[in-house]
Amino acid sequence: MSAPVEVLPSLVDVPPKPRRHRTPLASVALHGTMLAAVAIALFPVVWVFLSSLKPRQEIQRSTIDLVSSPSLDNYRAVLFDTNFPTWFLNSVIVAVFTMLIGIMMSATAGYALSRFNFAGKRGLMWVFLLTQMFPVAILIVPIYTIMANLGLIDTKLSLIIAYCTVAVPFCAWMLRGYFDTIPKELDEAAALDGLGPFQTFWRVILPLARPGLAVTAFYTFITAWGEVAYAIAFIQTSDNYTLGAGLKQFVPQFNQRWELLTPAAILITIPAGIVFFFAQKHLVAGLTAGGTKG
Amino acid sequence: MATTTRTPADPTKPASPKEPGRLRRSYDRNWYAWAMVLPTVLVLGVLVLYPLAQGILQSFTDLTEANQQEVICTKTLGGGETCEENPNQAEFVGLKNYVDVLTGQRGDFWLWFTNTVVWTTACVFFHYTIGLGLAVMLNRDFRGRGIYRVLLIVPWAVPAFVSAFAWRFMFNQNFGLVNAVLGKIGIDPVAWTDHRWTSLFTAIVANVWLGVPFMMVALLGGLQSINNDLYEAAAIDGASPWQRFWNITMPGLRPVSSTVILLGTIWTFNMFPIIFFVTGGEPAGQTEILVTGAFRAAFEGIRNYSLAATYGVLILSILVVYAGIYRRVLSKQGEVF
Repeated sequence: MSAPVEVLPSLVDVPPKPRRHRTPLASVALHGTMLAAVAIALFPVVWVFLSSLKPRQEIQRSTIDLVSSPSLDNYRAVLFDTNFPTWFLNSVIVAVFTMLIGIMMSATAGYALSRFNFAGKRGLMWVFLLTQMFPVAILIVPIYTIMANLGLIDTKLSLIIAYCTVAVPFCAWMLRGYFDTIPKELDEAAALDGLGPFQTFWRVILPLARPGLAVTAFYTFITAWGEVAYAIAFIQTSDNYTLGAGLKQFVPQFNQRWELLTPAAILITIPAGIVFFFAQKHLVAGLTAGGTKG
Repeated sequence: MATTTRTPADPTKPASPKEPGRLRRSYDRNWYAWAMVLPTVLVLGVLVLYPLAQGILQSFTDLTEANQQEVICTKTLGGGETCEENPNQAEFVGLKNYVDVLTGQRGDFWLWFTNTVVWTTACVFFHYTIGLGLAVMLNRDFRGRGIYRVLLIVPWAVPAFVSAFAWRFMFNQNFGLVNAVLGKIGIDPVAWTDHRWTSLFTAIVANVWLGVPFMMVALLGGLQSINNDLYEAAAIDGASPWQRFWNITMPGLRPVSSTVILLGTIWTFNMFPIIFFVTGGEPAGQTEILVTGAFRAAFEGIRNYSLAATYGVLILSILVVYAGIYRRVLSKQGEVF
């Protein structure tokens, strides 16, 4: 079970290969490939954004126009004439709570798995891996039944709980790897200073694990923000839809409302982008942390 | 400490009279460890393992939306309710669901299975190779690598269903960008969703785009854990870049690779939103993978819960068998997983 250690991008970084002599041709090839890759990575987002500024007739035209009579009308329509703002708010609530609960649960579990040798630890690690294999199809009906019995169908709480079960095992696994990279001597020093395990965890380890926690936060948020299957199955009224379920209404089989869908897609990506931005700083900081040590 | 008395003994560590403090310390630590894992274990038990058992049971019944209630209640004139047993309750039907599914009497198991295998293989292959290529390049020292790295992770931040819509939009037959570009270079527009393989192709493209960043970041982490001295020594011995890649980089990446390929396979196998939204099973259900097919069985039309559970058990079995074989192959090669 040592492999997962490296899955969390081993955020503690080793310096890059030293800059050797590189021919100009190799340089051009390297930057050329990188630029092409970046273009492909960004392009769909950019294209949807450009399309979202176009009026309906322009979106559905077969000629390529980067920008033609741009306006914010589509955004206005989505924000004021549809249920989109409600769905958006629902998604924010669900994703934020999933993120908070997910971080708390996976951090404590990951720490315990990393530091303590308790009976049943290996079995637990396997169960965590196994949960990643559970297809939505087998769990969704029984969970649906449980939620129905608890009276939680059509509530946000049902989604938060369901998403935590999806995200926490992986995050605990990942964080365990990250905690492994923090020297155990720190725990021992803290214990000598009279801190109990919980205090050690809270005051010493968590602050050091910020990059790992940032990745966890990012992952749990994205999981909840982008989930569709549970949302469609559990939520029944349009007022309680989250974005994944709600957006489906813009693209029925016929008469697809791309002029609503494109601005909605951009608006949906913004919060994810914000979370990404904050996580990314830690991620890159983590990645380059070792770089200065030479 | 009063708490130590409540701690279960750790059977792997026999008490040693010479070190009275050690056992006690282990007790203390174990207590905390369990307290820290407990919430996760509880949630997993209640919401994953118990439903799993339920799901397996349901797959042996004929449970649907119509026959799920144990009692049927009707309002009486006085405002009360009378309840009587549902005459058509779900019944135990043994292996009927499995037989029906595997012989193709209901649904299209083998078609969906083929789709799933093609879909998973293609996606994981491209995730891994593209991710590895980018990671190797990003691991070099060159100007702007930090910015490249950030920009290349962007698809990771786009929710799967949004990316699904974006790609469906670009692959639209009439006004999609892909056909427009093809038109510019003199190729007739392709009716992407009218054929099984072109339709599946669009979904694979969307998913590859979405999944490369995770692989890239994970492999980059792996690359950075490889000792630079190995490369120095190999260079002195006159190894070519290609030889260095095959004999140092690839073996060095083995632990990371084995994990991300396993996880990636499992995730892709169960990837719901991309297929559900990009192809929507078009044309006529021919591009459904097992997970989306099972979901439609359960939650569209008459909700056939037992059939969905049957698919669920089959999917899970396939994955468990796959993971088992995968692990065995790795351990044969000396990899402790």
